[in-house]
Amino acid sequence: MSEFVRLSGITKYFGALLANASIDLVLRPGEIHALLGENGAGKSTLVKMLYGLLSPDSGEIRINGEVVTLASPQEARARGIGMVFQHFSLFDDFTALENIAIPLAGEVAGRDLREKVRAKAEHFGLAIDLDRPVYTLSAGERQRIEILRALMQDPKLLILDEPTSVLTPSESESLFKTLDVLAAEGTSILFISHKLEEVRRLCSVATVLRAGRVVAEADPRKTSARELAALMVGEGVADLRTVPGHGFGAPVLVCDRLDVEPDTIHGIRLSGVNLTVRAGEIVAIAGVAGNGQSELYSAISGEGGTITAGSVTIAGKAVTREDINARRRAGAAFVPEARLGQATLPQGTLSDNIVLSWHATEDIGGLFVDRNRLGAVSAGIIKAFDVRTPSTDPLAVQLSGGNLQKYIVGREVTRNPGLIVIDQPSWGVDARAAAHIRQTLIDLAAKGAAVLVITQDLDEALELADFIVVMCEGSLSAPRPVREVTRDEIGLLMTHRAGGPSGGVHA
Amino acid sequence: MLTPVLALVVAVLIGGLIVALMGKSPLTAFRVFILDPLTDPWAMQEVLLKATPLTLIAIGLLFCFRASRWNIGAEGQFLLGGICGGGVAILAHGMTGFWILPAMLIAGALGGLAYAAIPAVLRTRFGISEILTSLMLVYVADLLLDYLVRGPWRDPKGFNFPQSVAFSDSAVLQPLFEGGRLHAGLLLALAAVLVAFVLFRRTLFGFAVSASGDAPRAANFAGFNESRITVLVFLISGALAGLAGVVEVSGQVGQLRPGFGQGLGFTAIIVAFLGRLTPAGAGLSAIVIAVLLIGAESAQVTLKLPFDLTRFFMGLLLLCVLVGESLNRYRLEIRKGGA
Amino acid sequence: MDMLPLILATIFTAATPLLIAALGEHVVERAGVLNLGVEGMMIVGAATGFAAAVLSDSSVFGLLAGALAGMALSAVFGVLVIFFATNQVATGLALTILGLGLAGLIGQNFVGQPRGAIAAIEIPLLKDIPVLGKAIFTGDPVFYLSLVLVALVAFGLNRTRIGLLLRAVGENHTSAHSLGLPVRRLRFWAILFGGLMAGLAGAYLSLIYTRFWSPGMSAGRGWIALALVVFAAGHVWRLVLGAYLFGGITVAQLHAQAGAIALPSQLLSALPYLMTIAALLVLSLSGRKGGGAAGSLGQPFVPER
Repeated sequence: MSEFVRLSGITKYFGALLANASIDLVLRPGEIHALLGENGAGKSTLVKMLYGLLSPDSGEIRINGEVVTLASPQEARARGIGMVFQHFSLFDDFTALENIAIPLAGEVAGRDLREKVRAKAEHFGLAIDLDRPVYTLSAGERQRIEILRALMQDPKLLILDEPTSVLTPSESESLFKTLDVLAAEGTSILFISHKLEEVRRLCSVATVLRAGRVVAEADPRKTSARELAALMVGEGVADLRTVPGHGFGAPVLVCDRLDVEPDTIHGIRLSGVNLTVRAGEIVAIAGVAGNGQSELYSAISGEGGTITAGSVTIAGKAVTREDINARRRAGAAFVPEARLGQATLPQGTLSDNIVLSWHATEDIGGLFVDRNRLGAVSAGIIKAFDVRTPSTDPLAVQLSGGNLQKYIVGREVTRNPGLIVIDQPSWGVDARAAAHIRQTLIDLAAKGAAVLVITQDLDEALELADFIVVMCEGSLSAPRPVREVTRDEIGLLMTHRAGGPSGGVHA
Repeated sequence: MLTPVLALVVAVLIGGLIVALMGKSPLTAFRVFILDPLTDPWAMQEVLLKATPLTLIAIGLLFCFRASRWNIGAEGQFLLGGICGGGVAILAHGMTGFWILPAMLIAGALGGLAYAAIPAVLRTRFGISEILTSLMLVYVADLLLDYLVRGPWRDPKGFNFPQSVAFSDSAVLQPLFEGGRLHAGLLLALAAVLVAFVLFRRTLFGFAVSASGDAPRAANFAGFNESRITVLVFLISGALAGLAGVVEVSGQVGQLRPGFGQGLGFTAIIVAFLGRLTPAGAGLSAIVIAVLLIGAESAQVTLKLPFDLTRFFMGLLLLCVLVGESLNRYRLEIRKGGA
Repeated sequence: MDMLPLILATIFTAATPLLIAALGEHVVERAGVLNLGVEGMMIVGAATGFAAAVLSDSSVFGLLAGALAGMALSAVFGVLVIFFATNQVATGLALTILGLGLAGLIGQNFVGQPRGAIAAIEIPLLKDIPVLGKAIFTGDPVFYLSLVLVALVAFGLNRTRIGLLLRAVGENHTSAHSLGLPVRRLRFWAILFGGLMAGLAGAYLSLIYTRFWSPGMSAGRGWIALALVVFAAGHVWRLVLGAYLFGGITVAQLHAQAGAIALPSQLLSALPYLMTIAALLVLSLSGRKGGGAAGSLGQPFVPER
């Protein structure tokens, strides 16, 4: 088969960090090629070089056999490379049509473009309202705009970075159909993912990256998911040790018919949210990102949103109108989604960062902050939670995602909370650290704490939780025991609420 | 520590070039602007006198700037402090008593505090940019002072000059030692540096202020109330600027008259940044800037160099400091990327 | 009475520098940059424009020189905030301080020199419309230019490709960068345009509005222009409305002072500043809090590479 793109010996450093080490990759027309790897394996760095956003330190890129330098995305696009970004590169206040016009040389969002976009959308079966501002659209609709925008230039290679992470199962399925059509018409597709099942469904070749290197090339249809996982992660990650036979205690967190107004017009309104987490129980909230999970986290932690009806109770104390510190005093601990800039001060030392969540409930000195004590606490967390640090008390920004997350979870767990609420525990965290964090949560529940996990990763929810609830359009489904629930059932709950408003407190 | 020094050197070099372009000798200018004030004991005293209000205001400002709240109306709060403190002196004219000075200082601090509360509340309650409101209030304070010294508070025996009566002795900060001009304001400034140093280094409040400037969402996660911090830093900043104002009218001017502000409230912004927003740094850079201001006064006389040159140089210096900070930060981040 | 057209004309004259400076800053802020140096650029424009006009004995040349001087100063700001990623608030402030000093140096030999009026342009027929004809159609050339600029900016931002890109860069510089838009270059151009406008507004002050140079003559107009941009909340027509309202207030307080109204003249002089605060308050109370500001306004952009 002919080849469209050939990368050879691509190497990229960030400072002293080796992000890509001598990577070879061949992409052929009509082929859907998977780029597999854990978070931090170097996938995004590699495709950014292919799209002209970063330049390699060494190695060469050939397109149709000719060595090229891609100095900018414009050049990449001119050479027939299109890209769909993981976190989208859309402009929220602009209409869909304007968004499509922006990267197209010489285009304004006018009548001619509208006709062209219409024709293209029809051809690929991508339904979009072109005149609505993007912030009013769902994640699936936003992605269709991104894809359509890339397709407007008839790319010969389409790169998709983790495209399904924000999609419901049925939206993913329709994306795959579009990609099948594209491939059949001869477009080469580079599909980045860490979801093995969908790679096996879609792709004919898979290149596996680990720590910046190509460790294998395989045919995913002939390789088992377990084998692929082992290639991605390296030596096996220990399975989680569950603690069987412990019962559930009294309710610790109770949200009762909660209505919440978001802080910004871009936020999701919550309505009638009922949720109970008992002592010793792990409840996971699954769902597609952007359906109100962040708003629910903020309403429970007291960080944001306005509760217009209903109540939040923690360990028997009504805290609906209280701030986050009152909730901490009631025994709660919180791990927010953003590690840098929310859970920690990026430019603060690890020991200084203790203060953020400890000052209201723990002894950190009287009138004057006791820095020695902070240092000792910090050193204890680093040791107990296996945090790898470049020095004894580095800045938060100097830690890798996984190590910082272990530190943050350690900081909260060390307070011995009766309730921990954790938003996206392993987002952007390597497999080993993720396993460590999940084990920590299981052990905490075994000791009698109530654990609430908000996660986009369905596998994580299924692996960790005793009960699972699904968030969709600002409402929660009734809780289902993990052992009885099927993936299809959850997929259905993610798209539209089955069975009306969320069910009552489960027994 | 090195960055502001380098910035200062670069600014001095560019300034020298400008002086040369104006047809004067840069070396003479250097001597008049920098060396003379530092070597002459009398001038050194003037430097400390000038550094006193600058330090007080800059210490207040660094609470705001650390928290990324942009109070650029310190000049107005400074004027209000002078007006309120001076008002007490004018009302108490002819009286004697140990209470007059403390009452003036308190009135001055409260005046600045109340004036700074306006932009703070407008921001926290109505979401209005504190930058524009605090600045607009400078012009208003200027006009208020003008109105007072031309109207109700004009000295009846002052030959119609726009100025108040000269304060009685009980309303004047007395020299610290015989024959000198240094007054107790200097001690207030030193105390402000010390207290701010301890607050930022060792207390939860200082931590909360810095956190809310560096990472607002993290401060919110810590439960530090954003509105309360905004109001507090403005009140601290306003009170210190007001205190500086009353110290200036009581210790230096001895009466109210238009223009006693001399733009020190704006100059203090440069002092705060030159000191890298640290209390000790603010104290040191207040002296550096005071040297330049005293040098500028004699340069006007001896070299016929206009004061605008100094103003220009101040802006230039601030630009250099900002570039230095930026280079520092991004070099640091590149190094961190390698960790 | 023939007073009304005269008063209207003075309102337009008082409003024109505000409008021009605000128009420039509007474009800068649409591109996501906050330049607080408007006051500094304006006064340098006023001093340079006046000096150049006296030296060349040409007001047109003076206007041009003033505009270019404002642009030169904005270039300094642009290099610092765009390429050194300095704090925009502090840099703008520094620019104003520097500008006030620089203007004093430039203008020092021109204080108190008088300068003749620039010829008005009377538009035939239209100028014969009762009241409005005389007020609007016998204005100075820059007044007309300001109206053309309003139309150009409104059209340019909303209907042209460069406007689309500029707004995109202001709305979300991360997305704009991932699509390969030249974020920094576009912002730099916007900043230069803002400087050109602020300089022109300043030159208008010294050459057409007062017709003399005096130190500190911009008197906070640059800051009021900044407030107008907030008030406009993204709409050019509100910029025009705001500028003429402020022109009206300025003229009204001048007339009140001349007419010996029993209020202290200082209170009347303080009116424009107090009205600025009041306008921002009204804007906030009408529920448009923070509305209309560009998404990445004021944030530095540092690309990885």
